[in-house]
Amino acid sequence: MSATSLPTGYTAAPVLPEILPTPKERGRVMGFVNRHPTIVIGGALVAIMVLIAILAPFLFTQDPTALAPAKRTRPPSDLYWFGTDMLGRDVYSRVLYGARVSLTVGFSVAFCAGIIGTTIGLIAGFTRGIDAIVMRVMDGLMSIPQILLAIALMALTRASVQNVIIAISITESPRVCRLVRGVVLSLREQPYVEAAIASGTRVPVIIWRHILPNTLAPLMVQATFICASAMITEATLSFIGAGTPPIIPSWGNIMAEGRALWQVKPYIVFFPAIFLSITVLAVNLLGDGLRDALDPRLAKRL
Amino acid sequence: MFAYIARRILATIPVVLLVALFVFSLLYLAPGDPAAIIAGDQATPADVDRIRESLGLDRPFLIRFGDWFWHVLTGDLGVSIFTNLPVSHMIAQRIEPTVSLMLLTLTLSLSFAIPMGVIAAWKHGTWIDRGVMMTAVFGFSTPSFVVGYLLAYVFALYLDWLPVQGFTSISVGVIPFLRNLILPATALGLVFMALIARITRATMLDVLSQDYVRTAKAKGVGQRGVLFVHALKNAAVPIVTIVGIGFATLISGAIVTESVFAIPGLGRLTVDAILRRDYPVIQGVVLMFSFVYVLVNLGVDLLYTVFDPRIRY
Repeated sequence: MSATSLPTGYTAAPVLPEILPTPKERGRVMGFVNRHPTIVIGGALVAIMVLIAILAPFLFTQDPTALAPAKRTRPPSDLYWFGTDMLGRDVYSRVLYGARVSLTVGFSVAFCAGIIGTTIGLIAGFTRGIDAIVMRVMDGLMSIPQILLAIALMALTRASVQNVIIAISITESPRVCRLVRGVVLSLREQPYVEAAIASGTRVPVIIWRHILPNTLAPLMVQATFICASAMITEATLSFIGAGTPPIIPSWGNIMAEGRALWQVKPYIVFFPAIFLSITVLAVNLLGDGLRDALDPRLAKRL
Repeated sequence: MFAYIARRILATIPVVLLVALFVFSLLYLAPGDPAAIIAGDQATPADVDRIRESLGLDRPFLIRFGDWFWHVLTGDLGVSIFTNLPVSHMIAQRIEPTVSLMLLTLTLSLSFAIPMGVIAAWKHGTWIDRGVMMTAVFGFSTPSFVVGYLLAYVFALYLDWLPVQGFTSISVGVIPFLRNLILPATALGLVFMALIARITRATMLDVLSQDYVRTAKAKGVGQRGVLFVHALKNAAVPIVTIVGIGFATLISGAIVTESVFAIPGLGRLTVDAILRRDYPVIQGVVLMFSFVYVLVNLGVDLLYTVFDPRIRY
C-alpha cells in the first residue's frame, strides 16, 4: 500500500527492519543443534553404537568365536581389520559383538536400577517409619565401594550377562533411591500436594499424578549417567575376570585376553578400549546435555 | 564442636555394622559347604556334621555374625581357603604398594585438579574454561585401565622414559619408587581429577560472585590472593566432600590399575582371590576397603569443622 492513497493527516507506519529472524527460517533441526550441541553429538554417537550392535551379524567379517591357532596374533590387515588375538579370533568381529554386551548391560542397568531405586525411593519418601530403616540400608550399601560390591555379588553367582546386570543394578539403585526420595521430600511440602492430601486423594494417585511426573527429568539424567557408569563397571569386572563369561566377547573380556600380549601386540587391547571410551563419552555427553536442557539452574553451575 | 564430632562418630557405627552384615552375608551365602570342603572326599555325613558342629557352623545366623564380627574387631579375618594363611596377614603383606599408589594419586590429583578448577572458574566462559571442562568430560569417560595402557604404551614402551611395570618399595629409594608409580598414579588419578576439577569450578563460580570477594578485590588484594586465599577456602567444603565420595573410584581404579601395571598390591590379591573363588580373602578385602571408605568419609565430616566453623549440626 503506498502512502499517497492514505487520507490527509495520516502517515504510513514505518517499515520495521528485520532484526529478528522468523523461527521457521532458523529451522527446527538446526536450532536444536545450536542450542544443545552435546545432546546431538552424544546422541549421534550412541545411535551409531546401537546400530553397530544391532547390525553386528551383518557387519562382521569372521566368526567372532571361531578359533584359528594358525592365524594367531596377526597384525591389522585387509582380511583382519583389527588383527587377531592370541587364539586367532578376529578382533574386529569380536569388538562389534562386544558392543552388544556393553550396550545391553548399560541400558538394562539404567532401566532396572531406575525402577528399583524409584520404587524404594517413593516408598521411603512417603512413609516415615520405613524411611529411616531403608535409608540406613542404602547408606550401608553405598559405603561399600561400587566395584567391590559388584565383585562380591558376582562371586556368589555364576558368570553370565544377566547376573552382571543384576549385580550392577544392585550397586547403582541406592543412588536413584536417594535422588527420588529427595525429590519426594521436597514435593511433599508443595501446596498442591498438600491440597491433594487435604482433599482426600489416595496416596497411589498422588504419587502417580503429582510426584512421578516431577521426578522424571532428574531421573532421566541420572539414568544416563548410570548407563555410562554401568558400562565401565561391566568392562572392569570382565577385565579382572569377575564379569561376563570369557566365551562371550565383551570389550572387557577382549582386553583381558589381550593383556598378556599387550606389550608386543597392543592393538588387541586398544581397539576395544577405543570403542569403550567413545561409547562412555557419548553417553556422558548425552547426560550432560540432557541435564542442561532439563534443569537450566544446574546448567549454569556445572 | 565436640558434640558434633561425637555425633558424627556415633552415626558411623550403624553404617559399619551394616557393612559388616552385608559382607558376612556374602560368605554365608557363598556356594559350597566349608565343613564338607575341610572334611574332604572320604568323609561320611557324620564326619561332616561333627566338623560343622566343631566349627560352630550349625549355630543361628545372628550368633555366627556376632562371633565373626568380634573376631574382625580383634583383627582376625579368617583363613584363606587357598593358601591357608590368615587373611589379615595376606592383606598386611600387600598393603604397601596400594597405599603408596593411592597417596601418590591423591597428591597428584589434588595438586593439578584444584588449580585447574580455580582457573577455569576465574576465566569463566573463555576457551581455557571450555578446555578444562572438555578435558574433565574426557577424563570422566575413560576407564582408568584404558588410560593406563595408553600412558604405558607412550611413556614406557614408545619413549622408553619409565619402567613399564612393577613396583619398588620406597625403602629402596625415592626416585625408583616414583619412576614406577608415576604412570599408574596418573592413570588412576584422571577420573578423580575430572571429578575434583568440575566441582572446584562449580563452587568457585558461586563463591566468586559473593560480596566478600568483591570487598577483597576492592581493598586491593591481588588476583592470586582473592582466588586461592579468600575464595578457595570458602569453596573447600564441597571439594572435600567430593574427595571423600570419589575415594570409592580411587579404590575401584586401584584394583584394575594394579593389574595393568603388575603392582603386587591389594588389587592383585583381590583379582587372584576372585579367580580362585577364595571367599574369605574376597570378604576380607571388601570389608577392609569399605571400612577405609567409611573412615575417610568420617574424616571428611570432621574436616568440615576446620574449613567452615559454622557447621555444627
